[in-house]
Amino acid sequence: MQVSITVNGQPRTDEVEPRLLLAHYLREVRGLTATNIGCDTTSCGACTVVVDGLTVKSCTVLAVQTDGGQVTTLEGLAGPDGELHPVQRAFREEHGLQCGFCTPGMVMAAIGVLADNPDPSDREVREGLEGNLCRCTGYHNIVRAVQAAAKAGPAAGQVPQAQEVQA
Amino acid sequence: MSILGTRVVRTEDPLFLTRGATYTDDLTDERLTGALHATFVRSTVAHGRLLSVDASAALEAPGVVAVVTAQDVADLAPIPPPFPFINPAMTRPWLASDRVRFVGDPVAVVLTEERYQGEDAAEMVAVDIDPLPAVVGTAAAASDEVLLFPEAGTNVMASFGDPAPADFFDGCEVVVTQAMVNQRVAPVPLEGRAAAAAWSEDGRVTVWCTNQGAQQARGQFGDWLEMDPDLIHLITPDVGGGFGAKIGADPEYAFVAWLAKHVGRPVRWAESRSENLIGMLHGRGQDQVVTVGGRRDGTIEAYSIVFDQDCGSYPRIGAVLPTLTMLMAPGVYGFPKVHAQARALATTTTSIGAYRGAGRPEATAALERAVDLFAAEIGTDPADVRRKNLLPAFSEPHTTPTGATYDTGDYTVALDKALEAAGYAELRAEQARRRERGDVRQLGIGMSVYVEITGADNGAGTGEAASLEVHPDGTATVLTGTSPHGQGHATAWAMIASDQLGIPIEKISVVHGDTDRVPQGGGTMGSRSLQQGGAAVHQAAGELVDLARQRAAEKLEVAPEDLVVDLGLAGLAVRGTPGTGITFAELAADEQLLVQTRFTAAAPTFPFGAHVVVVEVDVESGKAEVTRLIAVDDAGTILNPLLAEGQRHGGYAQGVAQALLEEVLYDEDGNPTTSTLADYPFVSATELPSFELVEMATPTPMNALGAKGIGEAGTIGATPAVQNAVIDAVAHLGVRHIDMPTTPMRVFRAVQQARGGS
Ligand code: FES
Ligand code: FES
Repeated sequence: MQVSITVNGQPRTDEVEPRLLLAHYLREVRGLTATNIGCDTTSCGACTVVVDGLTVKSCTVLAVQTDGGQVTTLEGLAGPDGELHPVQRAFREEHGLQCGFCTPGMVMAAIGVLADNPDPSDREVREGLEGNLCRCTGYHNIVRAVQAAAKAGPAAGQVPQAQEVQA
Repeated sequence: MSILGTRVVRTEDPLFLTRGATYTDDLTDERLTGALHATFVRSTVAHGRLLSVDASAALEAPGVVAVVTAQDVADLAPIPPPFPFINPAMTRPWLASDRVRFVGDPVAVVLTEERYQGEDAAEMVAVDIDPLPAVVGTAAAASDEVLLFPEAGTNVMASFGDPAPADFFDGCEVVVTQAMVNQRVAPVPLEGRAAAAAWSEDGRVTVWCTNQGAQQARGQFGDWLEMDPDLIHLITPDVGGGFGAKIGADPEYAFVAWLAKHVGRPVRWAESRSENLIGMLHGRGQDQVVTVGGRRDGTIEAYSIVFDQDCGSYPRIGAVLPTLTMLMAPGVYGFPKVHAQARALATTTTSIGAYRGAGRPEATAALERAVDLFAAEIGTDPADVRRKNLLPAFSEPHTTPTGATYDTGDYTVALDKALEAAGYAELRAEQARRRERGDVRQLGIGMSVYVEITGADNGAGTGEAASLEVHPDGTATVLTGTSPHGQGHATAWAMIASDQLGIPIEKISVVHGDTDRVPQGGGTMGSRSLQQGGAAVHQAAGELVDLARQRAAEKLEVAPEDLVVDLGLAGLAVRGTPGTGITFAELAADEQLLVQTRFTAAAPTFPFGAHVVVVEVDVESGKAEVTRLIAVDDAGTILNPLLAEGQRHGGYAQGVAQALLEEVLYDEDGNPTTSTLADYPFVSATELPSFELVEMATPTPMNALGAKGIGEAGTIGATPAVQNAVIDAVAHLGVRHIDMPTTPMRVFRAVQQARGGS
């Protein structure tokens, strides 16, 4: 089947199997490997991306379901001059990552948490990230990072506006 | 000011946070172009005779290039046990030929052009197994009624120690004994196992795999595949967590290399999470009986631990874990008599390996539970019993009854600091009030004091190699035999080199996990990296300065001793006349500026600490919630507090998880029932509090940095503190002990039983 999906502002049309998961589409068709796959039961959140403004687990969505949609992955967050998104910056400053495997999904999920609640408490961050597992950090610094990012204001809860690039 | 000891954010993070790290399954190396995907067909039966494997249907499936079964690997000798003291009949076949020994035992491999095709085709391989009774749990194994390896004549892989003398507890006023379980848990690094292999024309193979030590894995590949290790180029790219389970090569990794040769094309493999939970190494898995005897005044005179280690089907590191548990049995205490004895047993489950702490958390959990049981028996505050029995502070080495020689320690101060930070007296008062009122939510206060061994000899000695080169453009490269999987070596080793050379950390790159570039190394395990790998980098930097001084002295025509390091210059200056010198980069432009060195530690080190945990337990539902975790972890001198804290946090989470909820389960037929992350109760952010860290630093004389290890402190200290806290919350109802994990059901049952007086 043909799908046209805009990823990080780049539209493209590809021929894919109907059963291809969005996570595999991103990794193998689009070559964007930041989005990781950590489970086969929609449990870990490592594959979290933003689709049309909503955070979703990309292992649970078919590429064809995203046809015509806008997807943002970790690779699409930093500004053109390499300027980090407030959540990326906070993860670095608060040491919110170790091995980095959960990180792309965790960063995307954190943006979703802040979109819903720009000033979350410790508890609210924890509840917001319940679907994202991390084995390294004990979540302590991730929670601190999300709260630190909140200080940057509304930008912390937004992904960059996808540019309309003419195909 | 020195950069050492400061909170430096990681140099690896900008890439990790913008493009993502490059894990094995992310590789786009051109040598892997056209790689086939390997999908293992695994036994769905725990134990049985393998009657037939029929691949004919699978071979017709789309994209299938080959299906490999035991017949194809008949020439390859099975994998022998990894230690000489293990029953030599317990070998591991590459693919099951006559018998399967656990659910997950590889039976065949399907090679396909595309990933999804592999899963389809694997389903089509018909495997016929005549079931035999499963052997689940150490009691079933020890009975030897059903043998995994009939040729061995027993399920005992190895035995350690002798029974205690009959009079061991004679003269004790109080003797308490308790059977306890240190349950099997899954390490679950978020990146599962993955490998890729490609052969080149010259007969060399490049293998990429997710592993904690490239050099050790290469050695195993060489042994298993009967290859000259020089023909193996092993690379560990970014690694998504290990926690001990990625120590050493898994047979699947070596098999991927063999498969690539067999089909004449590159091959890659990445397991699914369910495959990971049934097939990767598990951790812990000890059934312990502890006995503690002493006087009513709180003095403990004798302590014994006798335990069975579940090793799973094929011997891996699990078979050697009992020795570490036995070595660390006396812990922080000065008990006059300590006894330890163990057996390592084969069961029809996946093998047990190292998991964060590897043998030490098991020792500490048993001991700290035993001390609490003793305190409860004599009706004394557990903090007082601990104080009475802790070894006094020492700065000269102390040798224990089980033969460990602790370097430096002050356990009483650690305990007092933790209790003070917790507000212990007020916590006990609040507990008393809630008990008085009969609240539904009762308070539990648990503690542990621990000492552990880090940087023990892992087969590569107690040392590490390092090399350091400054380049003419002012950058530098560190080569290290340690191999990070989240610990931040790129930052830490750059800090150590920068501190002595003045080259900024951003200009120092750290190379690891590539056996062509770093042929010797011990990997990252057992919390050895900083105290050995970091110390080696420190030594290399010192040697580089010496070398540079000789060269600069000639060039500048001054005496070498008149040259001093000028950090601002990143070079050497003539003493008393700053600015008149030469940079390391300039020297490197004349002639390669490179040193290669090896640091050897005299002995391992023994970090220690104390944890206090507060839980609230709903006595009607049995649900326990950790509300506070206060920790003192003394790992000697801290290089980068940010990284050290991160290591501590991660360990606490895993400790809380083991104490409260995590457990790998098999049913009586040996079927895993926790084989996905939907079933395995992996800890999430909602079950944890933010942690309260208390600082204490007692340097070690074992290396110039004064550093001990920190990677495993969290699981060692937190696990028993949480378990003790949960039991403490319901102790006034008559509960004496609850095994881990202290799930709501277990706590509820214990309370019901105590109330029923049974
Ligand atoms: S990979 Fe999508 S939730 Fe785990
Ligand atoms: S940083 Fe390793 S899993 Fe989160």
